[in-house]
Amino acid sequence: MRKFLTANPVELRLSVVLLILIAGLSLSTDTFLTVANITSLLNNNAVNLIWAVGLLVVLVAGGIDISFAVAASVVQYVAAKFLGSVGGGNWFIGFLTASMLGIGLGLINAALIHRFRVVSIVITIATFNAFFGLLMFFSSGRSIYTLPDWWTKKIFIFEHQSASGVWSELNLSVAVMCVCLVATLFLIRWTNIGRQLYAFGDNAEGARRAGVNIALMQAVAFGWCGLMAGIGGLMQVNIAKEVVPNALYGRELDVLAAVVLGGARLGGGRGTVFGCVLGVMFVAITQNGLNLLGVSPFAFQMIIGATILVAISTSNMSFDISGLFEHANPTGKKGVSR
Amino acid sequence: MNTPNEFALQMRHVSKRFGGVQALDDVSLEVKVGEVHCLAGENGCGKSTLIKIVTGVHPPEHGAEISVFGHPVAAYSPTLARASGIAVIWQDLALFPHMSVAENIGFDEMVGAKPHLANLKSIRKRAQAVMTRLGVSLDLDARLNTLPIAERQVVAIARALISDARLIFMDEPTASLTQSETDALLDIVRTLSANGVAIVFVSHRLAEVLDIAERVTVVRDGRMVGVYPTKDMTQSRLGELMTGSSLESKVSARDMSSAEAVLDVVGLTRRDEFEDISFTVGRGEVVGVIGLIGSGRTELAHALIGMSQPEAGTIRLNNASISPRSIRDAIKVGIAYVSEDRLSLGLVQQQSIADNAVVSVLSRLLGYLGLISASKKSNLVDDWIERLAVKIGTSKDAVSTLSGGNQQRVVLAKWLATEPKLLILDSPTVGVDVGARAGIFKIVRQLAEQGIAILLISDEVTEAYFNSDRILHMADGRIQSEYNPIQTTVAALEEQIYA
Repeated sequence: MRKFLTANPVELRLSVVLLILIAGLSLSTDTFLTVANITSLLNNNAVNLIWAVGLLVVLVAGGIDISFAVAASVVQYVAAKFLGSVGGGNWFIGFLTASMLGIGLGLINAALIHRFRVVSIVITIATFNAFFGLLMFFSSGRSIYTLPDWWTKKIFIFEHQSASGVWSELNLSVAVMCVCLVATLFLIRWTNIGRQLYAFGDNAEGARRAGVNIALMQAVAFGWCGLMAGIGGLMQVNIAKEVVPNALYGRELDVLAAVVLGGARLGGGRGTVFGCVLGVMFVAITQNGLNLLGVSPFAFQMIIGATILVAISTSNMSFDISGLFEHANPTGKKGVSR
Repeated sequence: MNTPNEFALQMRHVSKRFGGVQALDDVSLEVKVGEVHCLAGENGCGKSTLIKIVTGVHPPEHGAEISVFGHPVAAYSPTLARASGIAVIWQDLALFPHMSVAENIGFDEMVGAKPHLANLKSIRKRAQAVMTRLGVSLDLDARLNTLPIAERQVVAIARALISDARLIFMDEPTASLTQSETDALLDIVRTLSANGVAIVFVSHRLAEVLDIAERVTVVRDGRMVGVYPTKDMTQSRLGELMTGSSLESKVSARDMSSAEAVLDVVGLTRRDEFEDISFTVGRGEVVGVIGLIGSGRTELAHALIGMSQPEAGTIRLNNASISPRSIRDAIKVGIAYVSEDRLSLGLVQQQSIADNAVVSVLSRLLGYLGLISASKKSNLVDDWIERLAVKIGTSKDAVSTLSGGNQQRVVLAKWLATEPKLLILDSPTVGVDVGARAGIFKIVRQLAEQGIAILLISDEVTEAYFNSDRILHMADGRIQSEYNPIQTTVAALEEQIYA
């Protein structure tokens, strides 16, 4: 862990700030550090985190995806229609459907980017509009409330009753999120495919000359992002109990900001799953803290925007924080801080 | 037919056409096992294309015969090339800046569509073994972008060796290295060659080529000129073969001691950079400054153009004391600076030649209503293109379409448009081939004759020797001594500097 943090100074810095934030909120409010608050934080951010690790893979490979949130809406809508027409299905069919649809939409992005050699931001802005436009056209903007029972039924993976009798629980979405995090971590950190993704994002021409299959890299990156979009969409329905076509519109930018905040580099080659967790939780806890401190909700966006701005603009300043670990480990080599 | 083990590589009748350009026309290349072979030719002669064909990046045209270690090759891909023992160290190294040294060295075994676990432990161990074999030590966990360029070069070589390469192509490996780093690299090349690794060395520096290679294949305009042993070959003969015209190299120093001083520097000091620097540059004089990286030569130039402020001493230009605080100040008083790294710092590659040439004098082009006057702009651009003999299609083409030598001329045009009294050239020929070098120095000479004082900073002794009127030698932040090229030799100067 120490080696990981000294090699990833953005993650290190953000975890220090996050710890300070948590400590501050724990001391200044008596509601922050409670089981009820922590479980609700996790429940409310599981879907964002699933999307965040999907987007991370695309960023690591040097691309960007603006379309994943509306892609998730498309998946929700098509899956709801499809599952309704086959008599409801079950969780297994639901996962299968959402995954396939998500991967399919991701592969559309990958194919367009690779075939026409257009930068991913342009392609995914186009597909963002196309996906959303098609969805609004076919749904006429109408929400779907009649969904299979299994899909909207709450499944708790953890329950706890406090001394005062308040129940707090963790949703299925948190478990799914954990699986997605571990799977993404495994993919990008421990497989040759993942290391090729980093290399491709770091130096595309160098990767090409080394014989990396570029089309495959685009397909894996955007396919994975689509897969996460689909699974995230599925879980979001489980929480919201309805399919609202424009409910996820705009979420892509929140997720993107959180992932970049967590140290993923726009331009590729850098970014970690741990950083995604930090980025998403940082934004979530800031918002949660403002809530608990009784700050006007109208000021939230402004304060969070300013916080992200400060965090990202200071992340390029070089504070020599690798020294933090020198005391703990006198024989340890000085980390590379950059 | 030769025995299979004698030749590492045999290529015959290799041709390649890109659109309308015949990049290669019936070229052959033969490299013996364990040989250091040089591939020489000017920029754009087809050297890089040839390398890309051997390594499977581009397919050759029909009719090419290629065999590697005696085995004929039909289909080609980077992975196949690597499997047959061929590795390339590209000029831009093609490494991954945000990945660790160990991963950069071992990256090639990650390549492939078949998923498997990345065994970083074994990669690390093997990277360490290669380092030991090369006799170097680098921190395997360091991120590549924290290493200096010379060490990245070593990483690239280690990467070639880890896949047991027996034929290594090195494309301009010394272009951005200092002399001592180059020497260290050449030592590694000799070690590899002694161990039976064949090396194809591509370099603009002819002295280096003759020093390291046994034979040289010369290519010109995509055609084969011939294969020559380097024994008995001279630099000027090789230069002639590469350019197809004779290159004169004679000392051009003149006695300029009676010229009035344009630049007069007294006691200039900036802590940890340079100390007590005093010298003059006269009207129309070319003063060479030689020294290794870290000798303070570039830092001195930065102080003269206002990029940093000296702590003590005076700078006088045409008898008026100046203390520029920024490059704009320096331009205003008549100092122009052509930077070391022209490609990234001197030009906006995607913009047109015309736009690049006028960027430093936009205020002079203002016409009606304070907008840029198109006619003033095109007059100025055409004037300089003609005076510098830049070879272009139209001035609206992007700078990136020009060759290295012509780009350098556009940079010169950009600065000369400011009508400077003093022109500072910092390593102006890095990455420029012999033919274009001669062209650039011809222009420098003409500019001097027009009365511009020129300060030529270089770490190539020959360059300064043949083109300066006087040479200052910098080391440890001080001017150590002054030489008159007529009274010394390149060898004597080199001994002074590298001693």
